[in-house]
Amino acid sequence: MTSPLVSIRGLEKRFDLSGSLLEQITFEGGRFRRKQEAVHAINGVDLEVQKGEALCVVGESGCGKSTVARTVMGLLSPSAGEIHYDGQRIDNLERKDSLPYRRKMQMIFQNPYASLNPRMTIQQTLEEPIRFHHPDWSQVQVRDKIHEVMHSVGIDPDWGSRFGHEFSGGQRQRIAIARALAVDPEFIVADEPISALDVSIQAQVLNLLMDAQESRGLTYLFITHDLAVVEHFGTRVAVMYLGRVCELADTKTLFATPRHPYTQALLSAIPKLEDDRPNHIRLKGEVPTPVNLPSGCVFHGRCPYANERCRQDVPRLITTDAGTQVACHAVEEGRL
Amino acid sequence: MALLEVKNLDVRFAVRGGDLTALRGISFSLDKGERLGLVGESGAGKSVAAFSILNLIAQPGYIAGGQILFEGRDLAAMSERELRKIRGNRIAMIFQDPMMTLNPVLTIGTQMVEAILAHRKISKKEARAIALDRLQKVQIPSPEKRLDQYPHELSGGMRQRVIIAIALLLDPEIIIADEPTTALDVTIQAEIMDLLLNLCEQENVALMLITHDLGVVSQVTQRMLVMYSGRIIEQGPTREIINDAQHPYTQGLINALPQMGEPGERLFQIPGSMPSLKSVPTGCPFHPRCKFATDQCKQAMPEYVRSGNVNVACYEVANLIEQEKRMQEAES
Repeated sequence: MTSPLVSIRGLEKRFDLSGSLLEQITFEGGRFRRKQEAVHAINGVDLEVQKGEALCVVGESGCGKSTVARTVMGLLSPSAGEIHYDGQRIDNLERKDSLPYRRKMQMIFQNPYASLNPRMTIQQTLEEPIRFHHPDWSQVQVRDKIHEVMHSVGIDPDWGSRFGHEFSGGQRQRIAIARALAVDPEFIVADEPISALDVSIQAQVLNLLMDAQESRGLTYLFITHDLAVVEHFGTRVAVMYLGRVCELADTKTLFATPRHPYTQALLSAIPKLEDDRPNHIRLKGEVPTPVNLPSGCVFHGRCPYANERCRQDVPRLITTDAGTQVACHAVEEGRL
Repeated sequence: MALLEVKNLDVRFAVRGGDLTALRGISFSLDKGERLGLVGESGAGKSVAAFSILNLIAQPGYIAGGQILFEGRDLAAMSERELRKIRGNRIAMIFQDPMMTLNPVLTIGTQMVEAILAHRKISKKEARAIALDRLQKVQIPSPEKRLDQYPHELSGGMRQRVIIAIALLLDPEIIIADEPTTALDVTIQAEIMDLLLNLCEQENVALMLITHDLGVVSQVTQRMLVMYSGRIIEQGPTREIINDAQHPYTQGLINALPQMGEPGERLFQIPGSMPSLKSVPTGCPFHPRCKFATDQCKQAMPEYVRSGNVNVACYEVANLIEQEKRMQEAES
């Protein structure tokens, strides 16, 4: 197997909730105590993104999927763990050394109403990253590049002097994609790029992303909660729950034979067009808060197969016969 | 007689430079205990349609014409005072975002009791008992505790359950639910939809479900309306429309779903996007995006034609039906 383009190793990310030292100190039972609290957004994630694939990360809100995306992009610094790009560790680089990676890795955000600067024209929006990464380019080169990307995302290059608000949601997302493509990246992190769009527009943008992948040989890390999109778009899928990966498999296998109880519940909850009665696996309760993580398997509180071991030991990702990876004691012990 | 009958409803928004027509000639009916889905993309007018039934459209919006008959009485012509007796009592509403709907500074119990006392002359204690009963119905864990909690202490799914409990407080005839699960996660969404469906069946409440999710509509509703640019372009039994959509827009909407395509293949896409209210095309509003569009489509809005049990507003479908008829006649 060739070496992965991006590899995430033992990634952890905590967000401190307790504030400054003074705010942490409380007076309880005649003594001063220092109380520290943190949101455990990611708790040990290992992922490898192979060249040319679209790795989808799915999960419900609060599972840490967006935090993974942001940490990979260097928008957040990891609390522990490493991120490697093409064999080179990138999470601890100096700003200047990280510049070439910033060009190779680009991001598309969820909300195209917020990700485009309202005071910049489309021309300026697209020009900025090109000028930053290619300061030696001539005016003509820059202009040609802008025309090329605008054309490839289906936006008329004559609209360059317009502002973001003059476009519809779908068009804005196209512009956001054009901005990412403008610096010829190899790797694109897309954080829920179609969630804010209407069904018919979602199809347009998804097609555009697939075309770009084919013509430019892009690699995607695709964050979404929409499993139908994953089934269509993803090469492999990582299912996340409370900051951990609970199942990692190629798309076809995952949808045909989900192994982890959470994946099974998630898949059964998608409203389908075919049957007219909902018939989904009911989970007990709701996702626990990431401030106080459950001991053992993070899913045990809602899992119908949980036993004593699940409440104590954290399950590791094990490789199944089908070549997929599952973190579940029940699967490992053959109970499921 | 239908429980609710909307006839030729026109809703406009008065803005500088003239009126914008948000709904044009909307007609549909809802029977007792029936579940009806309103489908469309943003800007299609589905929320305006739902809001206008209880006359909840705010200035500058107004009902410009048509009737909304509820048990034979026209809600559109009613005074605010009379309407208030129906709103929340006979017809209840569930909104998209539970955090916006609940009052953050009142406990769940206070809000529920307040809603009951606005319509019924009973004691606070009795009202609280009703509130507790409804919270049990929506299967909230430890309902008694919830009565004294504030909305921020509940999770998103639980808040939406409270909203459903509030909608059920006064045993309404109709529940209008505007994207009730859009803000929730898939697993929670499935539970809430399940709950809503079961409650409506048990209590024989009619449900009007507004959503953009065709999967939800197909699972929950018996009949559906497809809206585009302020018009109903197709309506009929849900199964029939999902399995064999007639209008090119409905077909496009269904075919654009990722689950309809082969994995990795390009998805079917409808070119362009929904026109804004300021620039609604002449004739059939879908014609600039429709591959079957002819000159006829650009001139006048097509009348409804019947195909099976479905009503469709499309010239192309009308022509096909006409052709079929002629073929049959020629054969016999």
